[in-house]
Amino acid sequence: MSSRDTRRTDPVAFLDERLNVAGPLRKTLRYVFPGHWSFLLGEMALYAFVVLVATGTFLAFFFEPSSAQTTWHGPYAPLDGVQVSRAYGSALDLSFTVPGGLLMRQTHHWAALVFLVAITLHLLRVAFTGAFRKPRELTFAVGVTLLMLAVVEGYVGYSLLDDLLSGMGLAIGYSTALSIPGVGGALGTLIWDGPFPGGPALEPRLYILHVFILPASIAALISAHLFMIVRTRHTQFRGPGRRERNVVGVPLWPGYALRSLGWLLAVSAVLVLLGGLVQINPVWQWGPFEPWLGENGAQPDWYLGWLIGALRLMPNWEITAFGHAIVPNPFFGGVIFPEAVFGFLYALPWLDRVVFTRESEAHHLLDRPRDNPRRTGVLAAALILVATVFFFGSADRVFLSLSIPYELQLWLFRAFVLMGPIVAYSVTRRSCLALRRAGAHPLRDVDAELIAPRAAGESQPVGGP
Amino acid sequence: MSDRHRTAKRVLALVLGSVALWGLGAPPAAAPARNPAVGAGARAASRSADAFDGRALYVDECASCHGPDARGVSGRGPSLRGVGSAAIDFYLSTGRMPLERPGIEPTRTEPLNDERGRANLIAYLTGLDARGTPIPIVHPQRGDLPRGRRLFADACSGCHQIAAKGGVDPEITAPPLEDATPTQIAEAIRVGPYLMPRFGPRVLDEHDVDSIARYVTTFGRHPLNRGGWGIGNIGPIPEGLVAWLLAGGLLVLVARVIGERST
Amino acid sequence: MIRLLWRLLGIIGIVRGVLRAAHPPRDEDDGVDPSRRELVATPRSEHALAVLLIAGGLVLTAFGVLIALDADPRVLGGVLGIGLALLAAAAIVGGLRVVAQEVAVEERPAMGDQAARAQLADDLGRGVEGVSRRRLIIAAAGVAGTGLAAAAALPVTALGPAPRDLDASRWRAGVLLVDEDDAPLSADDLEVGSFVTAFPSGADKRELGSPVVVVRVDPATLALPAARRGWAPDGLLAYSKICTHAGCAVSLFRHPLYEPASGPPALVCPCHYSTFDVRRAAEVTLGPAGRPLPQLPLRVDGQRRIVAAGPLSGSVGPAWWGTRRL
Repeated sequence: MSSRDTRRTDPVAFLDERLNVAGPLRKTLRYVFPGHWSFLLGEMALYAFVVLVATGTFLAFFFEPSSAQTTWHGPYAPLDGVQVSRAYGSALDLSFTVPGGLLMRQTHHWAALVFLVAITLHLLRVAFTGAFRKPRELTFAVGVTLLMLAVVEGYVGYSLLDDLLSGMGLAIGYSTALSIPGVGGALGTLIWDGPFPGGPALEPRLYILHVFILPASIAALISAHLFMIVRTRHTQFRGPGRRERNVVGVPLWPGYALRSLGWLLAVSAVLVLLGGLVQINPVWQWGPFEPWLGENGAQPDWYLGWLIGALRLMPNWEITAFGHAIVPNPFFGGVIFPEAVFGFLYALPWLDRVVFTRESEAHHLLDRPRDNPRRTGVLAAALILVATVFFFGSADRVFLSLSIPYELQLWLFRAFVLMGPIVAYSVTRRSCLALRRAGAHPLRDVDAELIAPRAAGESQPVGGP
Repeated sequence: MSDRHRTAKRVLALVLGSVALWGLGAPPAAAPARNPAVGAGARAASRSADAFDGRALYVDECASCHGPDARGVSGRGPSLRGVGSAAIDFYLSTGRMPLERPGIEPTRTEPLNDERGRANLIAYLTGLDARGTPIPIVHPQRGDLPRGRRLFADACSGCHQIAAKGGVDPEITAPPLEDATPTQIAEAIRVGPYLMPRFGPRVLDEHDVDSIARYVTTFGRHPLNRGGWGIGNIGPIPEGLVAWLLAGGLLVLVARVIGERST
Repeated sequence: MIRLLWRLLGIIGIVRGVLRAAHPPRDEDDGVDPSRRELVATPRSEHALAVLLIAGGLVLTAFGVLIALDADPRVLGGVLGIGLALLAAAAIVGGLRVVAQEVAVEERPAMGDQAARAQLADDLGRGVEGVSRRRLIIAAAGVAGTGLAAAAALPVTALGPAPRDLDASRWRAGVLLVDEDDAPLSADDLEVGSFVTAFPSGADKRELGSPVVVVRVDPATLALPAARRGWAPDGLLAYSKICTHAGCAVSLFRHPLYEPASGPPALVCPCHYSTFDVRRAAEVTLGPAGRPLPQLPLRVDGQRRIVAAGPLSGSVGPAWWGTRRL
């Protein structure tokens, strides 16, 4: 074969002669990914985001972000000929007349729920194994910001459709904005284009936030997150041959590329199957929103369940002076509580350095939860606190299905919010210590027994100098 | 070995979770066949009803709380004089009365009395005092669906939830309406049983009641599940359960196939 | 001695005992080289991969046809999902059973390079070599930056009106109460135990200050404060329908048919279950609301129509800093 022929048929040569990529590409293909399954959770979030962008693009071609009124006609008899907003009407059209529209809508919504499930699981893995420690504090902070943006993005998407549930959610969001001392009123009218239910600019504002500003920010931060991971390489669990200075795992080509492609397809498959077979947010059932309408058992999507729980759990305290509401009640559950939770997450690397481990070395090998009982105990306490508040958000449905009176639950949960974290901390810490002493993993029993006596005599388990 | 065991346990947990979810979304028991002019049967029966037999039933089933002369017993049960046949028929035909003991929340059960027994009781009690709301006559097929939906959202969904799945007060529960007949729906609207408000004909006229009955007995309690399995039609709580248990559980299993299971 | 032996044998987990946990990891070399490379493809796994790929391709083609036929969303989702699942299985089989299985060891790049840092500082410093009034210029740049930031941020205020009238309401003495279809409400419409949603005649129903819930209770049971004694003719009470906690519609009215067996009549918000006692001027009896629902004084005119006898007793809806009438 002549060299001319080779050049014409070899894409690598074509690119390399123009972009000088063969060297970097070769290095990339040899990039090593640790193989443990829990490292796929972050990727699960990434792929749910891919599905969100794909389905969201389809939806954007049909959705009309307008609160202008129109008469809807379509195959759903209870709403046929009814005055609705264009936003709600186009969501109905997507559900009833656009081919594949309902599948896309439902897949999009399921992907949003699973996106946040994946981020939460990933966060738990990272937190309980100490993966956020130096040199990954910035990666972690970006990740926590991504979680926050994802929650806001989900809420805005849920609010766009102008159905009964989204209107009730917006009323609570508006009241929470209003409750911020000093600036609340201005903030509320700024966002809502006037007092609730808002001016004509509200829908376009929510829309541009939902389809451009927030997803673009999320995409940019995902890129930053991945860039930071590549700079430091992945963490890894301890194991034979695994050291602080190396990464042991599957190289990108071909093993990991195929695994990851399979993972993308598997996440998409599950989301599409749910989108086709399991109904989510049937907007025709909720009907259009009016400020004087309410529905029993109305709930936000699961990732805001902790906020409805906090709002419901809070005693009716309000700080007033001179006839002014200085601190209205929703501020406690709707602003202080989430700010405290996110503040805790942002502070976690610092807390770990000054309180849990008292050392500031760089770490690439992960802890097992038991390896740092104090950190694990505090994380368990925080988790129990948020979970308690979260579960109280559905106390009304629990009353309905299990007949446990609402008011009784209210007091039980209030008590548990105060007691639960303390109990969780002490139980978790003790379990970690016991597990370490016993070396409960079956494969490592021998190992633990051999070493335990020496360890006990030699040093404090944690927080030693 | 132990890995496989653990995986098996997780599959089991997933299956159990799914079964629990299925329970949430279990289709309501088949609706009783609808009678176009329901209530007519009860009225026909009452024409030939026997107040004497009704009195015997009353003494047997009701007198301990409502008093031997139906004037009520303080702290146990209210007077039944002049309550009207709608209230009596509603409480008896939904099995809410007789109550097991006074003071508890009356809930829907199998009615103790058959249609004839109810007619006899009505004949006896309306014989004592003929005032009160008579059993309304409902024609759901004459109702207007969009109007029924709007009125239901205005007046009913605050307690009963928009798909009539029931709700919380929060001191008591508002029942799901899956088994309510059109007549019982109309009776409840007019009477306001237990803690429910009542709506007279000047707030909701006959056409309004027909429309509400039509919406509840069609799309209300048999929601259009165009999107697949309805998971109970109560919104985000079962949706969150599906996202965590079904999608999350399934995907964690797949992740464990793709990735290494021990470190 | 035993430990050393175990290390050399490379038994799983030897490096992860309790001692390790006690000491934050030192970078000990256990002498194990975990890298390996295996060729795992078998005719069976290659055939399985081919079958999965073909099946996935066919199912996805079917999806294309079905969407053109506007098939039921359940069928569409099922078919597309199965197609994707087949391809997922193909990729996973390919990744685990067909291509070479390799575990590689990559050396981690050292984090931070002191020499490079020193050089960077040096280069940065050289950039401003010969500039003597650095402080002045930095201060001046600070002024410029502040101005720029303000110029960039202040247009945000154009987004909404100043928050003056968040609690504005059209209710005044003499305003007629109408229902959702604009029909005036008559005092004879409501029986004891009834409730309806009413609006000020001629006003925008969607304003938070508009909707009120009108209920009727037995006038003998009213326990309104002395100043509101005339506000509830014939037991007719009107309260703002917008919850003072988080702005939802207070759409539950609980009215007992037989009070001894259940609580007093109350309005309840379904969002967070704030409960307001209607006979006691909507005093909060449960839930997070911090203040009662504003009450609308009523009177009945000569044609038995229900008319507002004055403005609402307090600020409508969720509280904010500027709420004046609590």
